[in-house]
Formats: sequence, structure tokens, C-alpha cells
Amino acid sequence: MNTTYHSLQPANMSRSKIFPHVIFAIWVALLVMLPLMADNYYIRLATFVCMYGSLALSWNFIGGYAGYPSFSTAAFMGLGSYAGAILQKAGMPMVLAWVCATIFVSLFAALVGAAILRMKGHYFAIGSISMVEVLRLIASLWSNLTGGGDGLNVPIFQGGPDYAARVFFYSMLIVMLMAWLTTLFVDRSKLGFGLRCINQNEDAADMVGVSVNRYKTIAYTLSAVYCGSVGAIYASWVSYIAPTDAFGILLTLKVPVMTMLGGVGTVYGPIIGSALFVLMEETIWAQFLDYHQAILGIVIVLLIFFLPGGLLKLDYKKIFTKKSSDLKIASRS
Amino acid sequence: MSTILEVRDLSKNFGSLHAVKNVSFSLKEGEIVGLIGPNGAGKTTLVNLMTGVLKPTSGNVIFNGHDVTAQRPFQAARSGLARTFQIVQPFPQMTVLENVTAGALFAAGAAHRKEAEEQAMEHLEFVGLAPLAFRPATSLTLPSRKRLELAKSLAMKPRVLLLDEVNAGLNTSEIEQALALMRAIAARGITIMLIEHLMKVVLSLSQRILVLHHGELISQGDPQSVITDPRVVEAYLGTKFAARQQGQRPVAGVAHV
Repeated sequence: MNTTYHSLQPANMSRSKIFPHVIFAIWVALLVMLPLMADNYYIRLATFVCMYGSLALSWNFIGGYAGYPSFSTAAFMGLGSYAGAILQKAGMPMVLAWVCATIFVSLFAALVGAAILRMKGHYFAIGSISMVEVLRLIASLWSNLTGGGDGLNVPIFQGGPDYAARVFFYSMLIVMLMAWLTTLFVDRSKLGFGLRCINQNEDAADMVGVSVNRYKTIAYTLSAVYCGSVGAIYASWVSYIAPTDAFGILLTLKVPVMTMLGGVGTVYGPIIGSALFVLMEETIWAQFLDYHQAILGIVIVLLIFFLPGGLLKLDYKKIFTKKSSDLKIASRS
Repeated sequence: MSTILEVRDLSKNFGSLHAVKNVSFSLKEGEIVGLIGPNGAGKTTLVNLMTGVLKPTSGNVIFNGHDVTAQRPFQAARSGLARTFQIVQPFPQMTVLENVTAGALFAAGAAHRKEAEEQAMEHLEFVGLAPLAFRPATSLTLPSRKRLELAKSLAMKPRVLLLDEVNAGLNTSEIEQALALMRAIAARGITIMLIEHLMKVVLSLSQRILVLHHGELISQGDPQSVITDPRVVEAYLGTKFAARQQGQRPVAGVAHV
């Protein structure tokens, strides 16, 4: 009985399963070796690739697996950057400040998530985006702690610009790899399966015994953890943060778009989408500074209409071989 | 036979509407009980109250000796109180196997995914869907989707199964197959409560019948005494049906209402 059932699965499954990991390993190896070959401009670009990779992977837990359209990314990242900056200013060693900021943001997400996840669909989206605004206002008004609208200076990293660029690049890369490992674990675990059930039919998930509120809160918290780390690292990197930069609405929109570009609910979609997006932004849009946001809008519209599943879910065989498309027409008639 | 599930004075008001009014009954272990009543009588509301989808205005649900009135649906599922939906609720982007695996993994507490998949496969074989295990759930026909719902709820290892109109929309031969399947489920010792409009199904399966009308339980007892009860005839069955019943025995081959 069982043998027939296993033999029903495609034979080349194991090969096609390993392939993406190999590509990713090569990509990471290239990133690791980059500082040996390239100057600080490319290292800075690669730091952004890793930063947005981490953010997109984080968003994927709640937006991709659980299917909740969260716009909290900037809230978590901003909170992380303020927490890290304040702790570092108070004299805490840099890496310890990063860890503490991560823990703080995670706890914050767990508490807020329990409340905000009672809402669904558009209501949840609005609730999550308003959190960015609320935190931005708090950061602007609580000037004793945050410096208010003047922003906050973070102690500048010692050791010269070349060394600093490398330290922050590798730190972001490590965060991205941790987010990737977490995604891999979630993807294969009971948690990931339960989140997919919630995504597709929350009532039915409840009925088959998925503890939906707990699962959603875990997904929401996971979507905050690495945003907190990224925020804290970012604050140390740029050494100055202000409310409007830290809690940017544009960032909170960009990250889901990146994930959608690659493919939501997949392990590699967020990585591919964010890397492509950052590179496009740097190479193409930088030429059209005035139209930057308009182009982002057009990309979103095109994405929704023509690529609802993202680049990873396209059937490339169908695109590149004529035969199968002929078959499809034949079967329709 | 001991009582496995007891409903005590259960009521549910939606504003001024009394959807379910002081309903009390009990299910004994291994029994098949039919629940009938006209549209809007409160049958599905009653099921929703029993599985925690809705909170009752008053009254209690006792399952397996514990008061489970306040429990959430996922807790009901884990404790062995499973249900199917009147409108089938698959996970659309998953395969048939994954749908059933969800039940085995989350409600029945399978140790890991592989064990859950093996259990799921057994249930798919039981309902006759094994050949379609790797198809997407949305590709199934309506009768197969109903079977999928059954397999999913069986994978939850229920002690009580509430079947909400699993036969609605099926043709005569499909109903025959569904009947055989429900008998096989009952033979496993699972207590079944059957919400049904097809009297043929109700009468050929049920050991007892409950009749709901305007949210009230107007009659309960063995099938013969219930279908000859004047209140039931008036509220639901109609005099034509009653007359046919008088002339035509045994009960097994009754036509649809």
C-alpha cells in the first residue's frame, strides 16, 4: 500500500528539490567573496540586497505563509533601529545592543499581534499600517528618549570606512542567512503546514484542529524578529536615524512587493524578489529620480495583473516550449 | 450504551430571533441519530453551537463527561468532536492527500507529517479517493469533495461525527454509495449525528430521529414513531408523505421528500 503511494510521487523530485539550494549556495559564496573583488560602492549595494532579503523573508512568514497582508515591516524595523540606537548610546556594546533590540521587537510583535490579528483582510492591513504611523508619532514626540524630530546620533563605528562597510555587510548577510534558515525550518514543519491551512481557509483550519490564533501570532512574531535585527544594524551602519526615515511608509510597501515579485509563500521567492528589486532600483530607477515612485506604482500594477504568483511560480517549461501550449489549445477545443 | 454527548437546555438568540430554543438531547456511544427539520429550523446553528463555532446564549454541551460549552472549534476537533460542512470547505491549493493530512496532523495528533500522511492515505482508501490523492482538491467533482470532507473528518479520529448534509446535491446512485460509506463509518464505532433532508437516507440509517422546528425540538424517538407523529407531519413531512408511509412498509425504500 505504502510503496504504491510513494512511487506515485514524481521520480525527479529529489533532484529538483536540491537544485534551488545549490543556486543559493553559489549566490551566498559570491556575496561572501565580494569584498575581495569589489569596492565599497558594491559592498554597500550588497548590504542593501541582504537587508531587503532579510526583510522580505520576514514578511513572508505572515504575508506569504499565513496569507495576512501585513504592512508592519517598517514598524518593526524602525522600532529595532531606535531600540538599538538608544541602547548603544547608553553605552551598550554594539552587538549586544543588536541582540537586545531583536528581543525587544519580537516581544512587542507578540503582544501587539495577539490583539491586531483578531482583524482579517483589509482591516488587518489597515491596522498593521497604522502601527507604523503610531510609532512614528511616538518617536517624533517623545523627544527625551528619541531626540524627537532632530533624530538620534549613534556612536560611529571605529576602524575606518572600509572595515566598517565589511562589518555591516557581513552582519546583514548573517541575518539574511538566519532568516533563510528559519524559513526553511518553518516551510518543512507542522507550523508551516498549519499556516498554509490558515492561508487557504481559516475556518476549515480551525475545524481540523489548527490553533489559529496561536499560529498567526507566531507567524507575526517571526515576521518581526529579523526586522528588529536589521533595524538595529542599520542604525549602527548609517549612524543617524530620524522618525520619518525609520518608520517609512514606502519601505513598508516595498517589502511585500519584493516578496510578491519573487513568489509569496516560497523559500526562495523573497530572496530572488528583493535582490532583483534592489538591483533594478539601483540601475534603472536611479536614472529617473523624479519618477521613482510612479515607476514603483507601475511595477505593483503589472505584478498584480501579470505575475500574481511571482517569478518562482511561472511555468517556465510552458513559456520556452511551444508544444505544451499547443496541447493546451487542443485540449480546450 | 453510555452517553457520549449531551446537550442541555441549549439556546441561541440572534437579536430577537430565537434560532435554537431550549434544546436537550443526548447521543449514546455508537449510535446513528438523524436530525431533520424544515429549512431555517436551526439545524446548522445547533451543530455550530455544539462545535464551538457559535457561543450559546444559555445551556451546556457535555462531551465525554466534560463541559465543553466554551471550547473553540480547534479544541472540539482535538477532543474528538468532528464535523463536516454543509458547503464543503477544502484547502483549495492543496492536494487531496494534504487536505486529509491536516486532519490527522492537527486534530488526531499524529507525531509527524509522514505518519499523518500514512494515516491520511488509509482514510482516502477507505472513502475510495486513494487514486486521486495527488490531485489538487479543487479538481474534484462534488461527490468526491463530499468524500474528501468525510476522509478529512475521519482523519481527525472522531468519537462523534456531525454530518451536515453530506448528501445534498448527489444523485441517486451517488447517494447509495454515500449510504454504504456511512454504514461503514458507523461500523467503526463512531457515533454519528446526521443532518439530512433526504428522508430515504435518514430512515435507512438512523436508529433515532430528532426533529427541529423553529429552533425547538418538537419530537424525538425511533423512526416509526417520529414519522407518524402528527406534529412532525404537520411541520415537515406533509400529509402526502405520511399517507404513503401508511400504505408502504417496510420503511427502507421510501422516496425522496
